Amino acid sequence: MDTKLIVSSSPHLKSGATTQKIMLDVIIALVPAAIASCFIFGLQALLLILTCVVSCVLCEFLSRKVMKRDNTILDLSAVVTGLLLAFNLPVTISPVIAVFGSVVAIVVVKQMFGGIGQNFVNPALTARIVLMASFPAKMSNWVVPFWYRSAHPDAVTTASPLGLLKQGAADQIPSHLDMLLGARAGCLGETCAVALILGGIYLVARKVISPVIPLCYLGTVSVFSLLAGRDVILDLLSGGLLLGAIFMATDYTTSPIHFKGRIVFAVGCGILTMLIRMFGSLPEGVSFSIIIMNILVPLIERVTRPRPFGVKKEKKEGAQG
Amino acid sequence: MELTFPEKPFHSHGGAHVPHRKNTAQMESAVMPPPAQVMIPMQQHLGAPCVPTVKVGDLVQVGQKIADSTAFVSAPIHASVSGKVSAVKQVMLSGGQYVDALVIDSDGEMTVSPEVKPPEVNTKEDFIQAVRESGLVGLGGAGFPAHVKLNVPEDKNIDTLIINAAECEPYITADHREAIENSWAVLSGVYAVKEMLGIDRMIIAVENNKPDVIETLNKIAYDDKRDPENHVRVLPLQASYPQGAEKVLIKSCTDREVPMGKLPADVGCVVMNITSVAFLADYLKTGMPLVKKRVTIDGSAVQYPKNVIVPIGTPIEEVIRFCGGYKVPPKKILMGGPMMGIAITDDSLPIIKQNNGIICLDEKEARSLEPTACIRCGRCVSGCPMRLVPTMLEKYAEKKMVEELQEYSIMDCMECGTCAYNCPAGRPLVQAIRLGKALIRNAGGKK
Repeated sequence: MDTKLIVSSSPHLKSGATTQKIMLDVIIALVPAAIASCFIFGLQALLLILTCVVSCVLCEFLSRKVMKRDNTILDLSAVVTGLLLAFNLPVTISPVIAVFGSVVAIVVVKQMFGGIGQNFVNPALTARIVLMASFPAKMSNWVVPFWYRSAHPDAVTTASPLGLLKQGAADQIPSHLDMLLGARAGCLGETCAVALILGGIYLVARKVISPVIPLCYLGTVSVFSLLAGRDVILDLLSGGLLLGAIFMATDYTTSPIHFKGRIVFAVGCGILTMLIRMFGSLPEGVSFSIIIMNILVPLIERVTRPRPFGVKKEKKEGAQG
Repeated sequence: MELTFPEKPFHSHGGAHVPHRKNTAQMESAVMPPPAQVMIPMQQHLGAPCVPTVKVGDLVQVGQKIADSTAFVSAPIHASVSGKVSAVKQVMLSGGQYVDALVIDSDGEMTVSPEVKPPEVNTKEDFIQAVRESGLVGLGGAGFPAHVKLNVPEDKNIDTLIINAAECEPYITADHREAIENSWAVLSGVYAVKEMLGIDRMIIAVENNKPDVIETLNKIAYDDKRDPENHVRVLPLQASYPQGAEKVLIKSCTDREVPMGKLPADVGCVVMNITSVAFLADYLKTGMPLVKKRVTIDGSAVQYPKNVIVPIGTPIEEVIRFCGGYKVPPKKILMGGPMMGIAITDDSLPIIKQNNGIICLDEKEARSLEPTACIRCGRCVSGCPMRLVPTMLEKYAEKKMVEELQEYSIMDCMECGTCAYNCPAGRPLVQAIRLGKALIRNAGGKK
């Protein structure tokens, strides 16, 4: 033979799925919520999103460079982190704080632990928690929806629905329809339930995520809320629950890879979320509950490993014999 | 308990929807004229290699036994052309090991040896002996000697014969063509095995992407003259890779899981490839041992893809030439399909008994992307038909953690490649698992 042949291990065929394509699908799924946030909170929301995305990608590029590792910005995971970080910030936050959040998410949480696939907690959520601890007032400075159309843009701050609930001002909570459409106070990307659900359906249809985690998470919250005699629909639509259940708890790196493990993980997230909402001093508990469950993932995976083919049968036959 | 036929296949875990690319499914097989020279390796099966029973200079005829072994797990080898044994030389098999091979210069006559006559089969022992003499090995690819498989120990209660016509590898249509072109032999073979082993339930399992095979076989299976007691049924299976893997197939057909380290006989099943049973029927009728094989020649680098019936020992390059040669320079040549086939270094290697396809890929298809970091998406876990955790196996293999590899049942991996096929990061999972298995074998050797 005059040409040299390539010899490699089987399989010699690949499905064509790549990390980049998966991340692109996640970005597409986040677009409806991004558009909704610009509509609800104005151009400033768009600026914040751009700030976060650009700073995250830059952080990824620079930190890989400094650590003398290959450039990974093309896998688009930093773009996803940037979007999610922006979605977890109030629109009033200063861009400097947002950039600080990006540094925490990408440099500290992601790259210092080895980059994509290695971080043990969700980067965007951890950044949000760090910012909440560092700038508690600025991180809960909510504005009313469509404030930019108001005649007095200075006097538009308000409380989030869960904050109102905690304060006992339940009568000021927006209607369920407003909550569904996103006309309420809150972080950028968490308010418009319709857009988030649309994105979730897209991800499930594209087989990027399995519906197990979102459904178990939301299901647990519903059951808990029902048993506690709370307004189930309000609980489902308020806070960062939908954003968290669909986009954060399903993060590959920080959620279990086994089917059963995903159920345990999601139920755990649901229980913790409701416990914090009902008994914690914070109004909202989605971030903390996901982060806590992230940390438990290795343990969950250890106990929920699937039964290998043919194993149980052997036991059964032994018992019969 | 009366056994019934499953109405539809049972659920099996995992798998992948690989592209079918069965380009040659509707093409009549072509018969290749005898090549000038064949090279017949002494090992074309699992088990002990054979020792030549002829020497250089001897004249041989088609069907004449030229090598045998005294070992139980082995299968004799026969001359595939008539002519003169011109040399014994070392040849590297696709697995990388070197074995002796007999080189026969063909006289072009294809004179049939007088040894070739239908075997006399009265008892089960006769039958097993005949199967052995036929040189039959599992033609699905594994090459397990058929007489060993059919010589089921008395204490195993076999109730089901599964005929594997799933053919889940992309491109390969050799079994497909066998079923269409030799369908009556399939049924005769099934009945021969049934009578010898006393099995009442015979399931011919076909993936549902081959409706013509299902129709053809159904016609015969429902023919009252051929199958008066309705012991044979065709079961259409989901076209999902690796449906044709023995353990997966048994699960789909009977809902039984072969325990780790056990054989199909331990769950009452015998699985035979469809071409194997058809060959068996032909052999019982004519006495012509396994000297030729239908091979699917396909892939982006082949001019005219087709199924070719070739004498065993024909160099691959000759078969490719018969198919119009290479369209473009091949960059990767596979013995077998793209999912489990072995990449070979040289196209002068001979076709052996268990070959069912030669796939030649052009540069674009042969190139593989650099692997990136695992993103823990879990596609390898959800795809694994053995319900293993390939991503963990890869990590443990890299770190040479033998105990953990065993705890994660690495030896149960059948290397079907579904995990690596699915992996968006392009991780070389199967390669890592093979290394892990070698680690365990070495560790076991030391102890």
